[in-house]
Amino acid sequence: MSGSILVDKVVRVQVSMKLEMKDSPGQLVAALKPISDVGGNIIAVIHHRDPDSSHHMLNVQIVLALPEGRLDNLVALLKEQGVHIQRIGKERLLYKRTVILIGHLMHTDLSDTVDRIDSTGFAEVCEISMSMPAINERSTSRVTIKATNRADMDAALAILRRVANQKSLLLIEPLEEIA
Amino acid sequence: MKAVLIGLGSVGRGVAEMIATKNPGIAITGIADSKSGCIRDDGLDITAVLETKKRTGVCGDRSIGAIDVIEKADYDVLVEVTPTNALTGEPAIGYIRAALAKKKHVVTSNKGPIALAYQELSALAQTNRVALRYEATVGGAIPIMHALEDGLLGNEIIAIYGVLNGTCNYILTRMAAEGLTYEQALMEAREMGYAEADPTYDVKGIDAAIKLVILANTIWGSGSQLTDIDLTGIDLLTPDALRLAEEGDCTIRLIAEAIPGKKILRVSPRLIEKSHPLVVEGTLNALTLETDMAKEITLIGKGAGSVETASAIIGDILYIRNHYGERA
Repeated sequence: MSGSILVDKVVRVQVSMKLEMKDSPGQLVAALKPISDVGGNIIAVIHHRDPDSSHHMLNVQIVLALPEGRLDNLVALLKEQGVHIQRIGKERLLYKRTVILIGHLMHTDLSDTVDRIDSTGFAEVCEISMSMPAINERSTSRVTIKATNRADMDAALAILRRVANQKSLLLIEPLEEIA
Repeated sequence: MKAVLIGLGSVGRGVAEMIATKNPGIAITGIADSKSGCIRDDGLDITAVLETKKRTGVCGDRSIGAIDVIEKADYDVLVEVTPTNALTGEPAIGYIRAALAKKKHVVTSNKGPIALAYQELSALAQTNRVALRYEATVGGAIPIMHALEDGLLGNEIIAIYGVLNGTCNYILTRMAAEGLTYEQALMEAREMGYAEADPTYDVKGIDAAIKLVILANTIWGSGSQLTDIDLTGIDLLTPDALRLAEEGDCTIRLIAEAIPGKKILRVSPRLIEKSHPLVVEGTLNALTLETDMAKEITLIGKGAGSVETASAIIGDILYIRNHYGERA
């Protein structure tokens, strides 16, 4: 195959952080600025404004990708901004959605169905509950998928829709995102 | 104000009875059922006509047909409430066309003509400067059309989501509550009179899809057709699906949704949190509109029934009287 492929030579790592900062105007933007300063980019931001928090603090969970070796640098910059880092973790799949699949799930190779999601690298099946009434009868399963962000989740669901269609499975999607 | 009534089934009877009982200032000068008709220019005795229909099975003279009533009676508004023909829309399209051509207003509960021939009929109404109103076609008693044209004036409608078929909603409610199979719940729905002998039209989602077409065309003038809808019914659902949904504090509902910005026109069973406003019980209908200014508005109400549907039809007739007063 002809054509060129751009290779990002810098090894990038993905991390998630739980941050706490003052809930005042401009604070969030100031807190996120060091990320681009170290050459990182933000994949997802999830706010948690604690409704009964009396000390006016804002909790934010972020997922970011940054060049390897810059994490210590970032942590120092964030501290300078007065941001308290509650946790740094590798749990990168923050979006969760649950679907139901109905049909001949075993005959159509359930592990292949799961694999089609897992092999994407950006989404994975994290839970399956299955119910099989009898052999040769249609079975039902509840499948929970995790993904990095909304766009990846939509892509994962599109794959699942295609697989369900190929295998004549009934896919019941959630009406709204259940985070 | 004078009206003629075409169709004397459950909906037609409800309209006639409510006009007779509540006396909202509407005289009925012609009535036709599928076999006969009657005309009286100074107003029929509705109670007597309904009595005749009950006793003999026909409402009037067998030599008078629906089209005779439409052509010969003296009236301002045609109330067309014959059964929906989802394939051709006939004979209702013909009735509506004939009345509009005579510069008569039209109020209908019939989904066929509005889903299949909306552009032609509304253009004809506009040319003749009369109203074509169809509040009763979607959501039964829920005043969705009034909300769209009056209450939400100036809003941009971004999306609509709805539970638009009471039969499906009843079946899903019963499967969730009692752990019934789809077949058992359908049988129960039939016994309660909520499902037809042939339930295909409801359980395959066709009825909900037709209503979605009507809504989409009304709101966005999109010229949508039934074949544009991505359609999945509820007939393949298992009791386990509802049980597994329940374990996650969710349930399953047949949701019709239209989101033009995402090119979505879909009717499908969906997982939905039990606390969601669209999760209504039994045969109720519910509709959520997402708009730019008002944000989300949800309307819930009776989706069918003789008197409930009459509410929508009488509302349309009186709307015409109030807005076209000097001519009607």
